[in-house]
Amino acid sequence: MFDFMIFTRTMLKNLFSKPATTTYPFEPREYPERSRGHIEIDMDKCIFCGMCMRSCPPGAIKVDRKEQTWQIERFDCIQCGYCTEKCPKNCLFIVPGYPEPEPEKTVDLFEKPAAEPENKGEESNA
Amino acid sequence: MDEYGRDYTIEPIELDELLQKTAERSMTGWRLAQICATYMAEARQYELSYSFENVYELLTYRIIIGEEERVPSITQIYDCAFTYENEMKELFGVKITYMENDYDNRMYRIDEVTPFKDKAKEE
Amino acid sequence: MAKKTVIPFGPQHPVLPEPIHLDLVLEDEVVLEAIPSIGFIHRGLENLCKKKDFNEMVYVSERICGICSFMHGMGYCNAVEKIMDVEVPDRARYLRTIWSEMSRIHSHLLWLGLLADAFGFESLFMQSWRIREKILDMFEISTGGRVIFSVNKIGGVLKDMPDDMIKSFVDILVGMKKELREATRIFLDDYTVKTRLVGVGVLTKEDALKLGAVGPMLRASGVERDIRETGYAAYNEVGFDVITSDDCDSYARCKVRIEEIFESIEIIQRAAAMMPSGDIAVPVKGNPEGEYFMRVEQPRGEAFYYIKGNGTKFLDRMRVRTPTFANIPPMVATLKGSKLADVPLLILTIDPCISCTER
Repeated sequence: MFDFMIFTRTMLKNLFSKPATTTYPFEPREYPERSRGHIEIDMDKCIFCGMCMRSCPPGAIKVDRKEQTWQIERFDCIQCGYCTEKCPKNCLFIVPGYPEPEPEKTVDLFEKPAAEPENKGEESNA
Repeated sequence: MDEYGRDYTIEPIELDELLQKTAERSMTGWRLAQICATYMAEARQYELSYSFENVYELLTYRIIIGEEERVPSITQIYDCAFTYENEMKELFGVKITYMENDYDNRMYRIDEVTPFKDKAKEE
Repeated sequence: MAKKTVIPFGPQHPVLPEPIHLDLVLEDEVVLEAIPSIGFIHRGLENLCKKKDFNEMVYVSERICGICSFMHGMGYCNAVEKIMDVEVPDRARYLRTIWSEMSRIHSHLLWLGLLADAFGFESLFMQSWRIREKILDMFEISTGGRVIFSVNKIGGVLKDMPDDMIKSFVDILVGMKKELREATRIFLDDYTVKTRLVGVGVLTKEDALKLGAVGPMLRASGVERDIRETGYAAYNEVGFDVITSDDCDSYARCKVRIEEIFESIEIIQRAAAMMPSGDIAVPVKGNPEGEYFMRVEQPRGEAFYYIKGNGTKFLDRMRVRTPTFANIPPMVATLKGSKLADVPLLILTIDPCISCTER
């Protein structure tokens, strides 16, 4: 009858050791460096070619060449990282940190920063 | 088994040979792997593939039928085919007759009728 | 005279991970017949191949299921690579093998936890999932996601694992063996667990072959069949054992899955020792034209991929036949003649992944 109550040893060990869970959100979580949380863009290098808009599977990115804006709908993005591979100028990065919960869907709009006086680029109010 | 070569065969047959070939497979110990349908919109035809396997070999029978032709069911020979045939009937609209365990288009409970069949060409 | 009653089971039930509906015809606690009915998670993913190009479909095929997500992406990529005659570099094949075997370990540990929960042993469920957390952390360190990896691409893989990362993973897995042995000893030797599993849900060898069972369900009935022997990814070079059992009941299925976990740890150790160096991806040009049938051994059984391309960037047809779809007739056969209290257990022994079944 040694097959009865085999679990007792594990149960006693669990009783006297610290819990396996952490007290999130009071103790912040550390994400590893390759974790895919959200997309960030370096606007200085963006040329508004629109490759990221065409390759996004859910269609969360919208690029407007005339207005020189780049916008992303944070709650449609599935964090796949396909736009970061397709960008010809390597100005998109996927970094740790998931989008926070919000009461309504947000759209993040980025504009080209103000150009220097010698440049013939379009000046926007950054 | 060569990894980069085609290690299966596709045999095109006619619709009336289907039941006889399936019975031959069953008697020689082959198992049913899957049944698949593709709708070709320009030609308005269905392309059916019945795949059988024997340990690691794969043999597929390919049948091309028109939209209105009736296909006999193979559930009398292979019991387990009812899931595949119900799916083909509900999603593609293939007319299958004499099926055991016929769910009568209510297996997936979807509102749209035959969603995988492209209807744009009929307009 | 006994009276027949019909009881609906599901789609909402505490023991089911995903919704499935069964109509059980009962006579005094013995099930006479079960009629399955699916369709609660049908998303029509196969039709998306006409609207999204074949590169984006990698991301769609990964999201068919959360537990077997890596192998769906790998099966799709393998099929398109064979159509386009692309040769994947060696290092990418070995990396895919390592990630596949880690997926298998995490899926079997998840199943062991659900099985313990099905017969009421919740502490054992928590223990199994506690061990599984280590594997999910390893996935996040190497690929960036705990459940959906997004690391497959047509022509190879996207991220590389440097050698010290692989070595640390192998050390964690070997250290995990001791905890695994302790937890799985309870499944195999405890008296109360055995009375719930031994002799329940018998599926004979002839029935398993005739009804089209796949995966551990088939191997627990004494049939030695494992699609990894056809040699996709790096399995021909790494080598492995096919695990079978002759008992044909739920205890045998549990034993087969537990031994597959230990076998996977050995496969990962061998693959890490033999890992070649080199590129991880090759560039791919053009569009797929032609068709291909690909079979992959997922944790639940044999999955079947059929891809047909016509020369444009949209595919003609993408068809995925998942193992749970093929295991529904054997499940209905084992339910005949069982008691009502064993029904949740028997549904769980096929390892149902209903979101795979209905795509």
